Amino acid sequence: MSFKSPLGKVLGLGAAGGSHHWWAQRLSSIALVPLAGWFALALLMLPDLGWVGVHAWLARPSSTVLLLLLVPTALHHSWLGLTVIVEDYVHAPLGKPLTILVLQLLHLLVGAIALYAVLRIAFGSTP
Amino acid sequence: MAEFSLPANSRYQDIPGRLHKAPPGATNVRSFRIYRFDPSSGEKPRLDRYEVDLAACGPMVLDALLKIKNEVDATLTFRRSCREGICGSCAMNIDGQNTLACTKAIAEVKGEVRIFPLPHMPVIKDLVPDLTNFYAQYAAVKPWLQTRTPAPPDRERLQSKEDQEKVDRPSACILCACCSTSCPSYWWNSDRYLGPAALLAAYRWIVDSRDEATGERLDELDDPFRLYRCHTIMNCTEACPKDLNPARAIAEIKKLLVERQH
Repeated sequence: MSFKSPLGKVLGLGAAGGSHHWWAQRLSSIALVPLAGWFALALLMLPDLGWVGVHAWLARPSSTVLLLLLVPTALHHSWLGLTVIVEDYVHAPLGKPLTILVLQLLHLLVGAIALYAVLRIAFGSTP
Repeated sequence: MAEFSLPANSRYQDIPGRLHKAPPGATNVRSFRIYRFDPSSGEKPRLDRYEVDLAACGPMVLDALLKIKNEVDATLTFRRSCREGICGSCAMNIDGQNTLACTKAIAEVKGEVRIFPLPHMPVIKDLVPDLTNFYAQYAAVKPWLQTRTPAPPDRERLQSKEDQEKVDRPSACILCACCSTSCPSYWWNSDRYLGPAALLAAYRWIVDSRDEATGERLDELDDPFRLYRCHTIMNCTEACPKDLNPARAIAEIKKLLVERQH
């Protein structure tokens, strides 16, 4: 039982700022249009989808640079969007922050692995 | 997690409703199926069926509701006042859409006319939802003129015709709650998301050329939940019985919040 007034409940903890999140989501989606388009088209146009062919394509400087842009942009966009979904649907007092935390750690992990792979292919020894 | 279904004690499917048949001699019978719920009775909600003779009834859904209340079943409870779409009292879900019973023609509905209270709100009785939180959200956006410059001593605060036109449409909101209660984001997070009606009211004062609290108003809205729970679903604009555009107002607020950063 709470005797807090309806207006007091609505005002809650005050405004926390959300325009940066919104702007980052728009910017990353705009950036993803050419980046994701390039990635899909380039893969489709590869003459050989075998290990050697894809490796050689990835090791090209243009592919490496574009992938170094694509991976963080896509992961940041995904992290922003998934956070919103969790905030929408998960209401458990402890479950919500924990889910958001796990999601963020997962994105960082995937990002680290992906960037390591891109750099290793770019600068590692040729097979 | 979000609750996607009603609590077990508020499901009506297994509760047979009562049937009120049309009087003998009725020539143009139409069936109305209406949600009935009295929380104080301890009974589950049910759907009652009323057969109304349209030959002896006005053309709008509200006319049928009033006829039922006056002549068939006085226990049927709903809000109504102006019967011409200006007070917003008789907002309810008719034929699957939130709208005003007084401006919804019975002829627009095909088959049985199904009437429910506005979705996802606590029900006080039958078609009467509890709008306490909705009104508090309206109050939270301070829907009045705020200025620091004192008013001219000899006249009103002037406004150009173009500036007046910016607030003309948003001012036409009658706070019927059709928009907010049609919004899934509002269903899941109405405790923190202000909803389209309150945001349209906020926008009305943000674009008012006479108001001097624009910055403070934007500060108050710059929040992941209060404003940014809007995911541009557009049910609000679809539902508005006054043909207003709360979705666009929200988008304009989001644009202003970015504009002031750059």
